[in-house]
Amino acid sequence: MNITNLEYLPNKEIVEHYGVVSGSTVRAKHIGRDLMAGIKNVFGGELKGYTELLSEARDEAIDRMINQAQSMGANAILNVRFSTSSITAGASELYVYGTAVKVQ
Amino acid sequence: MVDLIVFIVLLLLGFVIGNYLEKRHFKSIKERETEFINLPTIMLKNPLRPEGIKSYDLVSGNVVISIDYFKKFVAFLVNIFGGNIEAYESLIDRARREAILRMKAEAKGASEIINVRLETSSISQNTKNGIGAVEVLAYGTAIYR
Repeated sequence: MNITNLEYLPNKEIVEHYGVVSGSTVRAKHIGRDLMAGIKNVFGGELKGYTELLSEARDEAIDRMINQAQSMGANAILNVRFSTSSITAGASELYVYGTAVKVQ
Repeated sequence: MVDLIVFIVLLLLGFVIGNYLEKRHFKSIKERETEFINLPTIMLKNPLRPEGIKSYDLVSGNVVISIDYFKKFVAFLVNIFGGNIEAYESLIDRARREAILRMKAEAKGASEIINVRLETSSISQNTKNGIGAVEVLAYGTAIYR
């Protein structure tokens, strides 16, 4: 599976389009992490727990998008975009979307 | 009275340790930026040279950076009169540069990274005693030659 945020694949030709595929996850942080982050809020600096959490969640969203594309019979996803939105306090939604295509 | 003492102690801690951590972070960012100076990141959709591309890959880097107590207080004060909140400008600058550096670290051996996008989101800004933090995600396509 080729995943790229370009609108084309270098040296390859697109034979078929399958439309938009997407994947999303909503993640909440657990209390332990929130407590640590509360302490960190006094001193500033990186919140490593949150960085890891968000990148894990993003990987899962990408996996879901890939599954959807595979079930359509695509072998590449082009023009991939990420978006993040906070839904309620303490939870954020990670959304990833792109165009599923078949290339030679 | 106790509240006031706690407030001043937190303010001092935030100012001293927050400033120290920020200086250390900026120093490490500058060091790594010179290390990766030969790997250009460009926002264009086309590679610098179309020929000789062996492979390509989606690379990304993210970071969550929290504000400190002193910055929170400064921002509160500036909010009354209006104007630039420099304390927040340096925070977001740090986060963006760090995210780009992590993306570059993931693209080891690449000749360039094209179509780079940056995305910023705030975490739990609406809660009463929530976390004041900003997340930056940088992503792009690494070209290997």
